[in-house]
Amino acid sequence: MSTQKPALRLEGILKTFPGVRALDNVSFSVIPGEVHALMGENGAGKSTLMKVLGGLYQPDDGQIIIDEQPVVMTSPLQAKSKGIVFIHQELSLAEELTVAENIYLGELPHKSFGRVDWKKLHAQTDSILQRLKVGFNAKTRVGELSIANQQMVEIARALTVEAKAVIFDEPTASLTDAEKVVLFDVITDLKSHGVGIIYISHRMEEIFKITDRISVLRDGQYRGTLNTAETTDDEITQLMIGRKLDLSRNASHHEVGDVALEVRELSCGALFKNIDFEVRRGEVVGFYGLVGAGRTEIAETLFGLREPTAGQIYLDGAEVTIHSPADAIAKGISLVPEDRKGQGLVLGMNCRDNMTLPQVEGLKFGPFVAETDEVAIFDKYKERLDIRTPGWKQTVGNLSGGNQQKIVIAKWLSMHPSILIVDEPTRGIDVGSKSEIHNLIRELASQGYAVIVISSEMPEVLHVSDRIIAMYSGEIMRTFTSDEVTEDNLIQAISGITSNRAA
Amino acid sequence: MEPGTLSTFLKRGAIWGFIVFELIFFSLAGEFLSFSDKAFMDLDNMLLLFKQSAPIGIIAVGMTIIMINGNIDLSVGATYALSAIVLLDSMTWPMFAGMGNAVIPIAWGLALLTGVVLGALNGLIVWKTGVDAFIVTLGAMLGYRGLVFMYNGEQPTSHLNWTLVDFAEAQFLGLHTATWFLVAVTAAVWFLMNKTVHGRNAYAIGDNRAAATNAGIRVGPHMLINFMIIGFLASLSAVAFYSESGSVNPNDGELYELWVITAVVLGGTKLTGGAGSVLSTLGGVLAIQLLRKGLGHIGADTETVNLAIGIILIAVLLLDRQLNIKGKEELRV
Amino acid sequence: MSELTQEKIGLKSRRREQPVGRFSNLKLGEILARQGILIAFALFLIGFTIANDRFLAPDNIMGVVRSSAILGVMALGVTFVVLSGNLDLSVGSMMSFSTIVVLDLHDKIGPVLAIPAMFAMTMCLGALIGFLVGYLRLNSLIVTLGMLSAIHGLTLTYSGGKNMDIADKEGTWFSVFGQSDLVGIPVPILIFALLASTLGILLAKTPYGRKVYAVGGNGLAATFSGINRSRVVFTCYVLSSFCVATAGLLQASRSLGSQNTVGQGLELEVLAAVILGGASLMGGSGTIFKTVIGVLILGFIQNGLLLVGLQFYAQYIVTWIIIILAVWLDIAAKRGKLWSPIA
Repeated sequence: MSTQKPALRLEGILKTFPGVRALDNVSFSVIPGEVHALMGENGAGKSTLMKVLGGLYQPDDGQIIIDEQPVVMTSPLQAKSKGIVFIHQELSLAEELTVAENIYLGELPHKSFGRVDWKKLHAQTDSILQRLKVGFNAKTRVGELSIANQQMVEIARALTVEAKAVIFDEPTASLTDAEKVVLFDVITDLKSHGVGIIYISHRMEEIFKITDRISVLRDGQYRGTLNTAETTDDEITQLMIGRKLDLSRNASHHEVGDVALEVRELSCGALFKNIDFEVRRGEVVGFYGLVGAGRTEIAETLFGLREPTAGQIYLDGAEVTIHSPADAIAKGISLVPEDRKGQGLVLGMNCRDNMTLPQVEGLKFGPFVAETDEVAIFDKYKERLDIRTPGWKQTVGNLSGGNQQKIVIAKWLSMHPSILIVDEPTRGIDVGSKSEIHNLIRELASQGYAVIVISSEMPEVLHVSDRIIAMYSGEIMRTFTSDEVTEDNLIQAISGITSNRAA
Repeated sequence: MEPGTLSTFLKRGAIWGFIVFELIFFSLAGEFLSFSDKAFMDLDNMLLLFKQSAPIGIIAVGMTIIMINGNIDLSVGATYALSAIVLLDSMTWPMFAGMGNAVIPIAWGLALLTGVVLGALNGLIVWKTGVDAFIVTLGAMLGYRGLVFMYNGEQPTSHLNWTLVDFAEAQFLGLHTATWFLVAVTAAVWFLMNKTVHGRNAYAIGDNRAAATNAGIRVGPHMLINFMIIGFLASLSAVAFYSESGSVNPNDGELYELWVITAVVLGGTKLTGGAGSVLSTLGGVLAIQLLRKGLGHIGADTETVNLAIGIILIAVLLLDRQLNIKGKEELRV
Repeated sequence: MSELTQEKIGLKSRRREQPVGRFSNLKLGEILARQGILIAFALFLIGFTIANDRFLAPDNIMGVVRSSAILGVMALGVTFVVLSGNLDLSVGSMMSFSTIVVLDLHDKIGPVLAIPAMFAMTMCLGALIGFLVGYLRLNSLIVTLGMLSAIHGLTLTYSGGKNMDIADKEGTWFSVFGQSDLVGIPVPILIFALLASTLGILLAKTPYGRKVYAVGGNGLAATFSGINRSRVVFTCYVLSSFCVATAGLLQASRSLGSQNTVGQGLELEVLAAVILGGASLMGGSGTIFKTVIGVLILGFIQNGLLLVGLQFYAQYIVTWIIIILAVWLDIAAKRGKLWSPIA
């Protein structure tokens, strides 16, 4: 296989962002007719690499080579014309249009006077759909299709051109098992037509099922390529994580107190079911799992944003019903949400106003907001969390991701909650702020807060948690204490592998 | 059934069901209450209804394209008035003196050109500045109306050309000239939106603009063309109406934008763009006109038509919400 | 990592104008773009003053403000609605409604009862809109469009399609709101000023105002901060209807008789004033002070153009141009590019 000329080759790709070396001399190639997995922790550089390939980022150095010809990518459209097609995680379909119109979006065949040539369009579409063996036809409205079938439409788009390489980015994230089978058939079919496939996924079982080779990125660097048939999940995990992590700091340095939060048999429709866990004061409980495993939804339920369909929540031993975020806040629960810019902050507001937003009703001087008290709160937490901003008047949108996140955390700390839930505490944050936030989380626990950390980054969850709850598709697979946990069994638990080791 | 199918069906078919309901209701109510000795579904009555629907209807067809495309146009009433003035006034210009009836096509051409130019201006501003169409056309509504008043102050502009009046009052196969205009416009725009690349791309842009842009569809030119079309249709509506009436007041066409949008929304066009049909819009226009006539027929105050339409509009929105609610799993925001 | 570079990146990201502290760390160009409307206003004043020395005469200024008061009072309420991220197209027909109702009740139950009754009825309408938009989350454009039509119908039905007049125009004290002076200042101006400063303080200085900005700036983040978004939107509409009722009172008191279409078309002029003041239709940005400026600009343009001998209707054309320029420059400053990126 390695004797064949690669369909697509990336050579020495370098991409830096201010303060971060996102891709450091990455080389990678895919041969016609192979399925090549691209793996790595979140933040390892996979998505940056794909954006370079799609022309959304220009590399600082290095080359993209297609059929031995170096090319400069300027847009996904141009990439497509060169035979490089992306199947995105987020679908980009026009739901009100038909399957055929979506497949040929932007390039509808036409006759004179701009009339659409429906015959040709439907004939071409039908031949593609036949190849995909799908149960819908060219005239079906895309909005009526299931997510899996919509994904098939995206894939069908790839077949309208002579694709040399097709990139699947977490294609199974929202598919059922039966739908996955269909997807894998399609991939096998593409493979047999000599298309090179780049397959990005965290799910080990899939990787072993359909890929031929596996390349691993870590911290923006290429870490090696393995032949799938000759490797094990341990070996892959080792490459992805690199160093043996120093787990010693997981050992609690402080007393763990009473149970602050207890959850029994909590379910919410299809989102998650039969969730049981408790969090004690002074303890950090990590929730680890893939995107869509139901972790965020549990947090949202505890914060009064979702209504559970079954189960009980106990705070300090007393059963409670949480009706709204205001209710949750009053009961001492705080949530640092996953989407900092969309849910955590009003970007156009200044730092102070964002920080005091949940308690503004309580900070009153007569009927007015007590602005001096607000400034005092801001100053206190600016110093305590080392928030780097010229002053409280600064618009939050102008701060770096790390400082923005500190504002969100300060917003809740200043309310003195008893339970702090932090969802993806360091997503999109530079390395320096990351470790500051990790230390802060540990420190908060030692001060007696009950902390829940939800994270998709294994080093993070290992680093900050006293116990780790591994979730897979809405259910708790296993709870690890810091003594039992290894990267290995953790990755297997969240990938849905229920071997003896992980069970 | 896939979720959303019921709501889609209701949206697409409901307006015709509503029209049938109106017809039956007003016919029966008319009988029982015997306010009128004429039958409601009298042929002449219906023909008149079509004719009276034409001015709003022609513009509403244009608004459907604009809203499918994801924009809105609040300036149509002013464009309508300005085109009407150009139509009537240009026939009296000295340079066309002595041309006899040959001036008619010239006047029509000038009026239609006015609409296209005003529409193009809106479209270009939306395209090139990136300012939201709501604001651009809100400004234009004031600006174009200013031009109308600048033209002739608060005086009406009048010119009756009897050849034109005869043409406008003519009936062919029973339908009035204005009705034929409405029919032709609906057919042409239906063809444009369903059978041409431009129409399909306009749907795609309104539905998922990012996807359309990524697929290489040029959003700007499509929006420009659609604004030119609605400008053209606003002036065509003026041509149809003022050929007969022969006199335009400077505040004619005020609030047309709101009537037109009401008709389009009743017809089920999605507010955020991407879905809608000119045929359903036509249904919306007829439903409003039927309501107006029907309430008169059963002896209700004609003024209550505003009340009824407002309530129906909000009821449609409520119904749509109920049909699209996802239940308990939804985030309580 | 360089703090400065971080900020530069921040500048390019999605961002909205902040209500407080907007002068810190901004470059001159940005200040120009942000305060463009004030600068344009100043230029207007200077230009008209040079063209006609009567322009800045106290009685002329008084006249302009007085004639802007009704529009202005309505614009104050609409500012709250727009700040919360919604639209209100119903204020014009709602104003007709309150004018007709108060004139009618004046003769039936006397002005002392008529005024609170009219306020209560108008605010019920506001509460209905607030319920539909705030609690049921219906699209505010269509709801208020429907209410525009429905309230117009309500007014016509109420008045039987006729104009409404007070029988004894000479003998009523009801005219004090619209026609009299207090310490040499016309009462409508005083009411406008009082309402503007009260609502200005409510918006800028109280927890409620802070919540309005938060809900309009990022409704989801407001929810995630425990703010009851539905209630905030609801109260904005009730507040707006209170302003509309006040405007109706001023209108009725000034004319003591009215057509039932007196407010027709005002909704869009009010919106134009609010946008001119720099409020974003997306919500979360704008202030009462700026809205007052927007209202005054509209008033002064109209007056100034008349004074320099242009037709009354030239103001519409000038308004059109400055609305688009104002919004264009604002978004151009935010995206750092004059022309839009639309392909």
